[in-house]
Amino acid sequence: MTDDELIWRIAGGSGDGIASTSQNFAKALMRSGLDVFTHRHYPSRIRGGHTYTEVRAAPEDVTSRGDGYDFLLALGDSFARNPQENAYYGKEEIKPLSENLDDLREGGVIVYDSGLLDADEVPNFEQRAEENDWHVFPIDLRGMAREMGREVMRNTAGVGVTCAIADIPVEAIEELMADAMPEKILEPNVEILNAAYEKVHEEYDLTGIEVSCPEGEHEEEQVLVNGSDGIAYGAFDEGCRFIAGYPMTPWTEVFTIMSKNLPEVGGISEQVEDEIAAAALAIGAAHTGVKAMSGSSGGGFALMSEPLGLAEISETPIVLLEAARAGPSTGMPTKPEQADLEHVLYTSQGDSNRVVFAPADPAEAYDHARRAFQIAYEYQIPSIILYDQKLSGEYRNVPASHFDREPNPDIGKVLTEEEIAEAPHEPGGKFHRFRHEPEDGVSPRSVPGQKGGRFLASGNEHNEAGHISEDPDNRVAQVDRRTRKLEAIREDLNGDGLNVTYGPEDADYGVLAFGSMVGTVEEAVDRLNDDGESVKALSVGELAPYPETEVREFIESVDRVMVVEMNSTAQFRGLTQKQLGEYGPKLSSLLKYNGNPFEPAEVVEGFHNTLAGEEATEHQTTFVPAGGD
Amino acid sequence: MSAFSAIGEQREIEQEEYTPGIEPQPTWCPGCGDFGVLKALKGALPEAGRTPDETLTVTGIGCSGKLNSYFNSYGFHTIHGRALPVARAAKLANPGLEVIAAGGDGDGYGIGGNHFMHTARENHDFTYIVFNNEIFGLTKGQTSPTSPKGHKSKTQPHGSAKEPVRPLSLSLNAGASFVARTAAVNPNQAKELIKEAIEHDGFAHIDFLTQCPTWNKDAKQYVPYIDVNENDDYDFDPTNRDEAAAMMRETEEALHEGEVLTGKFYVDEDRPSYQQEKQQIGEMPEEPLAERYFDDSYEWERSADMFIDDHK
Ligand SMILES: Cc1ncc(C[n+]2csc(CCOP(=O)(O)OP(=O)(O)O)c2C)c(N)n1
Ligand code: SF4
Repeated sequence: MTDDELIWRIAGGSGDGIASTSQNFAKALMRSGLDVFTHRHYPSRIRGGHTYTEVRAAPEDVTSRGDGYDFLLALGDSFARNPQENAYYGKEEIKPLSENLDDLREGGVIVYDSGLLDADEVPNFEQRAEENDWHVFPIDLRGMAREMGREVMRNTAGVGVTCAIADIPVEAIEELMADAMPEKILEPNVEILNAAYEKVHEEYDLTGIEVSCPEGEHEEEQVLVNGSDGIAYGAFDEGCRFIAGYPMTPWTEVFTIMSKNLPEVGGISEQVEDEIAAAALAIGAAHTGVKAMSGSSGGGFALMSEPLGLAEISETPIVLLEAARAGPSTGMPTKPEQADLEHVLYTSQGDSNRVVFAPADPAEAYDHARRAFQIAYEYQIPSIILYDQKLSGEYRNVPASHFDREPNPDIGKVLTEEEIAEAPHEPGGKFHRFRHEPEDGVSPRSVPGQKGGRFLASGNEHNEAGHISEDPDNRVAQVDRRTRKLEAIREDLNGDGLNVTYGPEDADYGVLAFGSMVGTVEEAVDRLNDDGESVKALSVGELAPYPETEVREFIESVDRVMVVEMNSTAQFRGLTQKQLGEYGPKLSSLLKYNGNPFEPAEVVEGFHNTLAGEEATEHQTTFVPAGGD
Repeated sequence: MSAFSAIGEQREIEQEEYTPGIEPQPTWCPGCGDFGVLKALKGALPEAGRTPDETLTVTGIGCSGKLNSYFNSYGFHTIHGRALPVARAAKLANPGLEVIAAGGDGDGYGIGGNHFMHTARENHDFTYIVFNNEIFGLTKGQTSPTSPKGHKSKTQPHGSAKEPVRPLSLSLNAGASFVARTAAVNPNQAKELIKEAIEHDGFAHIDFLTQCPTWNKDAKQYVPYIDVNENDDYDFDPTNRDEAAAMMRETEEALHEGEVLTGKFYVDEDRPSYQQEKQQIGEMPEEPLAERYFDDSYEWERSADMFIDDHK
């Protein structure tokens, strides 16, 4: 990352259109040739409450939010309540302005809606602006919007002002509005956009402002997608045509995308009574030969524990999503954490197996979703995609060609009726669906309706025809066969690019990360190497079966390793040590669990503290030194 | 891959086809009412014209859940209380299948009670048979949701303080479009009702009284029973919701007095099934979704062609 970037933050009340406005703004910048990244912060409230979205744009790859930002567009919170001085939730009315000042960089720009916000009420506002050399623009955006159409258009006015100050051509925004808006509201929006743009040029002197938007160019066409889009489209392209679910933040986003799109292609989406039912429906559909998925977040996923085991022992291929958020219990619904790792790896009783993927960004979300379906159906085993609140709603640009791939409706080893006729059967007619011998553990199946293929699927241990059996030899043969799948899957996944090394190959130090923390770690690695350190990172995208060889090689190639994760119990580091059985003294942890994801500077600082043994951290992060095995 | 269709293979079906050959003999106790359900089901399916290969039985856990171990169709023996959601999806994914869900009273009215309510509400098109023995059988005789008030068991040694669930009324009020009760002691009535339930387009719930001589010795064998549709003393119209509701109440009260009233209590032929409703609003394909995966000529849609433009 160079200094040649713009980080724009739009702040206001939840429900005031902050998310959509920022998404459009990001898209306009992407279309102009920049790489973009959005970071969203919102409270668990429907309307009102302080929320912001940051859009970071630069001419080259942006993998993380930055530290701080340089342009604040503070809209009023039209749903603000609690005007009292000492209200529990703080003074809501001025929050869009007051809450965001700490992170604003020196020389930054503040545009605030003077129609709704009063800077006099913000403690020490003028003094701080002076000290930090901020350029302040109080503009009555609400007034303008009211005058020219409707109050909601104050967001557009704010974007117009942004364009004027940061030197972004309004045409880019206009074009995008034309694509996205119906005729009726397009005209007044374009009008207000231009009026706001001109007002700034007419009324303000912009000399001395250093905040501006860089220029860039893409070699190929880009799309703006978030992690939820990535997962949904990956599933779609693998032929998933059945989804069942129950709403829970943040998994709901994928559920929504699929529910909107599946009926168009004759697929089925079911919102059901609870998560146990949701997972059970996915199993029912998959049993009949359809590619199916379900998913949830923390607590809802907990309810799926028993169906998950049923899918494993009955060898029904399903894909489950776990969009983690801060826990335990309901925890913090709109805040990210990576503390459900162990929950996903070990939930459900018995020696149960599953495959777990952890995508790091929207492009990987697409790839991993495709892989999750392939593995589930090829090996008749549940696959889980573990991601989190951060990745689910984070937008990035991805080359459009990334999605331009062939569909894969293959449902794995399902015999034809002719093949079934030749397969072994019980004298009564039941087909040997769970045969002991396959080397890779996968016994070919039949689906209900096929002639001659009937069998019993059961959550109880069963013999080759599916009959419940407690015979010791059969038990061992079945357990061993189901376990053999994992070795086959490990080999199959090997070299799939799910685990990615970043940074100089011969680096002295290593950083391990998974999931949504990877982009932040990559930016930190760049900064450290720019500063003369010698660091590389390994992003682990395949959590089960654990990529032992790749991680081992990585750890052995460096002096020491810092494991970065968003939880307080070092679950990922624990997993690594458990799987590899050594390296305790070589691994230390950098942990954060205050509800906000790591920023690159914190990882940089953590690196100095943990690996280079310097002074303690000022951030709310925890450094856990290496221990014995 | 060869195509398959589960719809309507027209041929003579022998009852024996549903009887597995050398499979284990049922592990049910001698005299258990569950044998009656098995017998009735074996009788009903051939008469309804459905072959074993186009039939899927989905069961829960309990003595009752073992039904499909002794029945020669496709089967899914799921987990305690969850037969209904599995069955729902199987039927949505392949409406050509004849889906029969089954389980015990603990399974269906206790742990799976929420699914029962919602399956009835949605009026999914399949048959649900609840083996109602007023006890938990497989876990050795604990009080179940249908055990009468005051019923003593090892886990309720002082007698249950709860009113029993009234499954027929519950089902009607939740939205089932076919509600009946039968008893293991009358295999003919049971067979006929199951056949009618199979032929019904919508959620058909049969509360099947099955005695458990092992743990519920005091309980009646559900004799003498009375078939209210055949007996002139009970004059009601099962297509009339209010009359059906009154008859169900009477039946449920009577059971605790030792009088076993059975029969078809409610049927609504006009209410569209869930699948039809879903097709109406464009959320359900005309062709069975499951068959598409076997159709080599089907052109699968791609996200790149369908949605990516919105993100440019
Ligand atoms: C989640 C869960 N809880 C409890 C059990 C233990 N369990 C197995 S069968 C059963 C009760 C069965 O009673 P019912 O459904 O009436 O069937 P029956 O055996 O009488 O036919 C219970 C509690 C279980 N298998 N799973
Ligand atoms: S315990 Fe009761 S319900 Fe279970 S098999 Fe024996 S008699 Fe039947």
